[in-house]
Amino acid sequence: MARVTTVVDVTVIATESLSKRFPRVTALDRLSVDVGPGVTGLVGANGAGKSTLIKILLGLSPATEGQARVLGLDVATEGAAIRERVGYMPEHDCLPPDVSATEFVVHMARMSGLPPAAARERTADTLRHVGLYEERYRPIGGYSTGMKQRVKLAQALVHDPQLVFLDEPTNGLDPVGRDDMLALIRRIHTDFGISVLVTSHLLGELERTCDHVVVIDGGKLLRSSSTTDFTQTTTTLAVEVTDSDEHPDGTRAMREALTARGITVEHGGGLPGAGHVLLLTARGEETYDLVRDVVADLGLGLVRMEQRRHHISEVFQETGDQRKEAVGHGS
Amino acid sequence: MAADHPVAVGDQTRIHDIGYRGYDGPRLGRAAIRRALYSQSLRGAYGLGRSAKSKVLPMLLFAVMCLPAGIMVAVAVATKANDLPVDYTRYAILMQAVISLYVASQAPQSVSRDLRFKTVPLYFSRPMESADYVRAKYAALASAMFLLTATPLLVLYLGALLAKLDFADQTKGFAQGLVSVALLSLLFAGLGLVLAAVTPRRGFGIAAVIAVLTITYGAVSTLQAIAFEQDTTDAIGWIGLFSPITLIEGVQSAFLGADSTFPGGIGPSDGQGAVYVLVALGLIAGCYGLLMRRYKKVGL
Repeated sequence: MARVTTVVDVTVIATESLSKRFPRVTALDRLSVDVGPGVTGLVGANGAGKSTLIKILLGLSPATEGQARVLGLDVATEGAAIRERVGYMPEHDCLPPDVSATEFVVHMARMSGLPPAAARERTADTLRHVGLYEERYRPIGGYSTGMKQRVKLAQALVHDPQLVFLDEPTNGLDPVGRDDMLALIRRIHTDFGISVLVTSHLLGELERTCDHVVVIDGGKLLRSSSTTDFTQTTTTLAVEVTDSDEHPDGTRAMREALTARGITVEHGGGLPGAGHVLLLTARGEETYDLVRDVVADLGLGLVRMEQRRHHISEVFQETGDQRKEAVGHGS
Repeated sequence: MAADHPVAVGDQTRIHDIGYRGYDGPRLGRAAIRRALYSQSLRGAYGLGRSAKSKVLPMLLFAVMCLPAGIMVAVAVATKANDLPVDYTRYAILMQAVISLYVASQAPQSVSRDLRFKTVPLYFSRPMESADYVRAKYAALASAMFLLTATPLLVLYLGALLAKLDFADQTKGFAQGLVSVALLSLLFAGLGLVLAAVTPRRGFGIAAVIAVLTITYGAVSTLQAIAFEQDTTDAIGWIGLFSPITLIEGVQSAFLGADSTFPGGIGPSDGQGAVYVLVALGLIAGCYGLLMRRYKKVGL
């Protein structure tokens, strides 16, 4: 890949009982987490402390207590050196409408310390990599939301950082734009060799993109683990079956059969039409096979069997034991 | 990325790497970044590097500023006059409406845009500090205003030399004029930026700058006229401290050999003159301090 990392287990971000207290709220509460190279998702509801954490990691806001290092540099004393090696894409709109993407990104490259010729060359390269071609010469005011997000991403990448902070990059995008952006984020690491910290309030979309997910709530670490751990332990399957003459209530028959094989099954909850949906926890490939076999044995029709996207609320419902265990999975 | 270097396959065939390329070139420090922002902002103050529409007003004001100087020079040369029609120090005072319009239009475009479109966080997530941003923006607007106010003086000076007026006399006058407009540029740029940086709305910024410059001048002139009518001539000097343009007038009539244009030609006394200089420098320092405070808070 672009950058050869000799030491594999480099810690990109490390915080140690990092706290940030404002007069009336505690934004971060003794947060200790290690983040390695790759794509890391930072998940939390609005106000969970994601933006505060990014501000501290950029060396722009002093922590009340505790310490943090980014790329091995101390945020309290080496902020400028960190900001030279890191890119930042804010959540909010930050683009002037009356200049072209090229002019804007060239200016931002200069502001990162690139000489004029290098700034122009890197801008052309970066805009191409994020997928902006002819339109880059037109004023940004006329761009779609997806194009604007690409320009915002380009300004964060133009100085070839070692790490980028992307704050809610999929906000305001339609489903196709969302998938495109997630694929692009994946490429930032696989093709460009740049580590990524990406925030979102949707756990589901980060599961597909990230190597590692950190969940925070109320400024506290809820869990930190690799995405594979996540899906193995918590994948929920939604199963819906038809009724047959033999089993007038197919859903019930299915539940009884599954329970008999030692699988805990719940009803789909209060969602519309969810009365016929069974939710069960998949422990791996064998669960899928088991469901298939049970449906076949009962002679029912399988309407659907799908993975449910997790929402943060589900992580919140987990037991204290699991949390403690999860916290250990730092790097 | 298949290869970082072209790989020879056969004699002429090469596979070129068209994937992502890193950047190993130099990364310049804060001083260079500040200079880059300075030159970008200075060019922007005359609409260079911006849309054609945004070039119209600054260029027009620049032309309006220089035109009278050109006419005066032409007249002086044609009539073989013994002196220029106006003093170097007087020129900016006569053209104060143009200068006010310029600072009112360009101070907001320099700082309000970054606030309004929330571009400021992008600057501060880079190696520069808020102080670098403030210094570059302040220096750029002050330089732009110096260009605006000193260019006509240069036209006058060159014209005076062309008309073979006394060299020593003209050079001294020109130098005094330059000091005066330098002080004026710093003061007006500072006031303009402080007012413009308060609001992300460009329109409010323009209105605020014009209001502060014209209302204070109107009030000071009126009070000075009243003081003159009532023969409290001492008060005229003190009242002059309260508007930017009369402040500059006071400084230059006390120290830069300008004739006072206060009512009755009563200029500030030497003691008052020192106060004028202190107030002018204090205002410039105060504007700089306020800008620093403002941008400390903006952050991300």
